[in-house]
Amino acid sequence: MDLLNLGIKSIFIENMVFSYFLGMCSFLAVSKKVSTAFGLGLAVVFVLGITVPMNWLLNEFVLNEGALSWLGADFAEIDLSFLRFIMFIAIIAAMVQLVEMTIEKFSPSLYGSLGIFLPLIAVNCAILGSSLFMAQRDYTIGEATVFGFGSGTGFFLAIIALAAIREKLRYSNVPDGLKGLGITMFITGLMGIAFMSFMGISI
Amino acid sequence: MSTETVEAPVAKESEALLSKRRKKFITDPLNDDNPITVQVLGICSALAVTTQMKPTMVMALSVIFVMIFSNLIISLLRNAIPGRVRIIVQLAIVATLVTLVNEVLKAYAFDVYKQLSVFIGLIITNCIVMGRLEAFALGNKPYDSVLDGLGSGLGYSWIILVVAFFRELWGSGKVFGYDLMGAIGFENFAANGLMVSPVGAFIVLGFIIWVMRARSGYVEH
Repeated sequence: MDLLNLGIKSIFIENMVFSYFLGMCSFLAVSKKVSTAFGLGLAVVFVLGITVPMNWLLNEFVLNEGALSWLGADFAEIDLSFLRFIMFIAIIAAMVQLVEMTIEKFSPSLYGSLGIFLPLIAVNCAILGSSLFMAQRDYTIGEATVFGFGSGTGFFLAIIALAAIREKLRYSNVPDGLKGLGITMFITGLMGIAFMSFMGISI
Repeated sequence: MSTETVEAPVAKESEALLSKRRKKFITDPLNDDNPITVQVLGICSALAVTTQMKPTMVMALSVIFVMIFSNLIISLLRNAIPGRVRIIVQLAIVATLVTLVNEVLKAYAFDVYKQLSVFIGLIITNCIVMGRLEAFALGNKPYDSVLDGLGSGLGYSWIILVVAFFRELWGSGKVFGYDLMGAIGFENFAANGLMVSPVGAFIVLGFIIWVMRARSGYVEH
């Protein structure tokens, strides 16, 4: 039951985009069409669902203070947590590469339509951010997996919703200076207000 | 200037430390080519820290530091890095610099460090850093790259400082923790909770973009 709560919380209440501003670059850049937003969203769910548990293992057995004690008593004192950033980003870059190769092999058509956006996932702050949040909040392995999938799904929902609104927005008469980025900022703000209403739900 | 057309290489060698061309590296990103409002980069990790001026200042300084040094290092190594692995090399260098910033803050400014929590780490994935490395440092000389890093860092910093100023002023009536609204005669200033929440950042930034683009006449299609 706790895991279900955590899942709902990470999708709606603590949405990566609307309450932490993570992944804004690709959120703004790839949300012009629903079809590309859908592809990127799915890839993010997948990468987050894999990298957060993998980084949990890395954190638990290599990086944390005393994590190396399984190597023997001599290693029990070692604290490698300052290496966290570089190790996490290495895992993420490797996983994105792997996902890219897998998709290229098994579904060339999907690879063609995602092409440029796949490598971009490696520098999506939502991915690294989730891993850092996971490390900071001391989740267990189950919680880390649910949190990874949950925050990915939250990003997916947000980018699909914004892309749908922007497709309609093309027919609206927006002041010149607000076209593009400006009006998108305001819409994101309004969507943020809508998502804030989920905070009232007690779970 | 007329000799430049005759002997271009000589004129290039004796280029002033802050020639016109080099000044543009610093002044362009401040307004016409601003990383946030025009290039749409680096919005990710910045906005969440802008609820107050003090952590925003620390964030801005950290980003400027990381940008200058990552640009310098990549520019020095630019002929040695194979094209295929350049992303990993860039990430490794940026991550190292960010780790350095993180450890320094942990040691000397622990309260700010706790306020910023994971967002210092997210400088690694800040698109401005990667963007400038890809677009500039890989193809230019070290000194020019340092100036470019400084310019982009400053362009980014002034935007997030303005956002932080309005959010702290409306959200709690203070600036740098100093009760500004009280000092100018609004003792019972009603703090606006919306400004402290993420939504406030989107709306303030939206207005800044509107003002800047209305002034420069830039229209996105």
